[in-house]
Amino acid sequence: MIRCCALILALLILPAAARAEQPLLADLTSHLIAITTGFTGTSVVLFGATDGPGDIIIVVRGPERDVVVRQKRHLAGIWINAHTVEFTGVPSYYAVFSNRALDRIAPAGMQALHQIGIKNIRLDPRDPNRPADEIATFRTALLDEERRAGVWSERPDSVSFLGDRLFRATIAFPSNVPTGTYLVEVLLLREGNVISGQTTPLVVSEIGLNADLGEFALGNPWLYGILAVAGASLLGWLASLAFREA
Amino acid sequence: MGILEVYLPIAGISLDVVGLLLLGAAVGFLSGVLGVGGGFLLTPLLIFIGVPSPVAVASSANQLVGASLTGALAYWRRGGVDFLMGVLMLAGGLAGSAAGVWLFALLRRSGQIELVISLSYAALLAVLGTLMLIESSGAWLRRRRPGGQRHKLHQHNWLHGLPLKLRFRRSKLYISALLPILLGFLVGVLSAVMGVGGGFITVPAMIYLLGMPTAMVPGTSLFQIIFVTAAVTILQAVANNTVDVVLALILLLGGVIGAQLGSRWGAKLRGEELRALLAIILLAVAAKLVFDLTARPAFPFSIAPVEP
Repeated sequence: MIRCCALILALLILPAAARAEQPLLADLTSHLIAITTGFTGTSVVLFGATDGPGDIIIVVRGPERDVVVRQKRHLAGIWINAHTVEFTGVPSYYAVFSNRALDRIAPAGMQALHQIGIKNIRLDPRDPNRPADEIATFRTALLDEERRAGVWSERPDSVSFLGDRLFRATIAFPSNVPTGTYLVEVLLLREGNVISGQTTPLVVSEIGLNADLGEFALGNPWLYGILAVAGASLLGWLASLAFREA
Repeated sequence: MGILEVYLPIAGISLDVVGLLLLGAAVGFLSGVLGVGGGFLLTPLLIFIGVPSPVAVASSANQLVGASLTGALAYWRRGGVDFLMGVLMLAGGLAGSAAGVWLFALLRRSGQIELVISLSYAALLAVLGTLMLIESSGAWLRRRRPGGQRHKLHQHNWLHGLPLKLRFRRSKLYISALLPILLGFLVGVLSAVMGVGGGFITVPAMIYLLGMPTAMVPGTSLFQIIFVTAAVTILQAVANNTVDVVLALILLLGGVIGAQLGSRWGAKLRGEELRALLAIILLAVAAKLVFDLTARPAFPFSIAPVEP
């Protein structure tokens, strides 16, 4: 409810600010996504205003990491991970939102320059000396797998305009959303050129008992393991007592 | 999608609590009826519902600590635990689990751990299922048991030649200490790589190879499984960070209740038919695993973050 009021207020104030001088102004309803015990995915609303008609593209990138792509080969009757290529600096989450199809907003060159669209994400192989066709095959596979996992997506027609100047988009995160600091880049385009841009951070973090557990498991694995054994032993012992009485 | 989803911090997925409790209870029920640990059924079922196989293996081991403790306590009250035998098997088991966890980490880095887990399970379940099906259908048809089998497994001369003989008062045995140590080692490796207690191997081996009295076997086996699975849990947590304690405790809660119901109902139900049913379940799970390994994968590529 409070969030909703804030949104309405912001939408009332924003056009005035935009009129002043900023060609683009945008913000998120929340800058923190908390993954709690019952987390099954969530969404954040991005809203903003422009100083006139134009196209809006929103690019959301998660923290980068290195990824290994493995290819199964048919060997001795079974399918085995046989071939691998590693890529560095792969965004763990990538989503593009726009008010219409990307190709109708900007020419291919402009999209590539700003890394707009899944096919334009920069991916560097760890070993650049591998054959080019091999790198290309594994690159395509990486794009497909990230898309299939739901962590990379392209959503044209997901930015809606209210009149000429106000816009909003719902950014959905699946339950397997990676944690870390995200960057939300909002671009205003006119006739295929980027007029203005704004970048906002967004933090995805696990909170509550489960986050503490996950962190604890990584930071203090010996104690975690011992406590896991103690917990199971206690439960086993209690069960033994309970059912002896019965 | 379930009604009450819980986020599992290590597995990194959300699953339905009620479903997990029922899964634990179903496996616990079968283990209560049949007197087996059930780890060999729990791990592949967890993999089928989407738990990453390294996490399924390590969390099953965690779950087994509690399940085997409950069982062992019941046998201990009846004096059915040979502690000397159990401790020797345990010594081998600890070494075996350390070796197994090291092997597990090595396979994980090379990207072959899923393959090894699936292959070992397919082989294990196919053999177990076939043996159980033959045994139970034989008993059901009231066929005479092949009498020669016992004698073939009794390799008296060779076993008696081993050094370091010890007297086991409880089991009324005078055998080499190396036998339980080696048996424990083998089961320790299995426990680490597959997330099983290994009762299906130790129990027949203790009866036929070591010649222990049947009354002492399940309690001693369970006693040793508590500590080996505890060691596997701690080592997996340290070496691979694959123990999901939330998953393990939910499964355990369902499991202990299911096991109690199972052991009570077990007396009323027909043993051979249940064993035949379990054999068919095992064969079906094995067939699914083999199918997944041999069928052309829908997606030949897979991705994973590079381990630092």
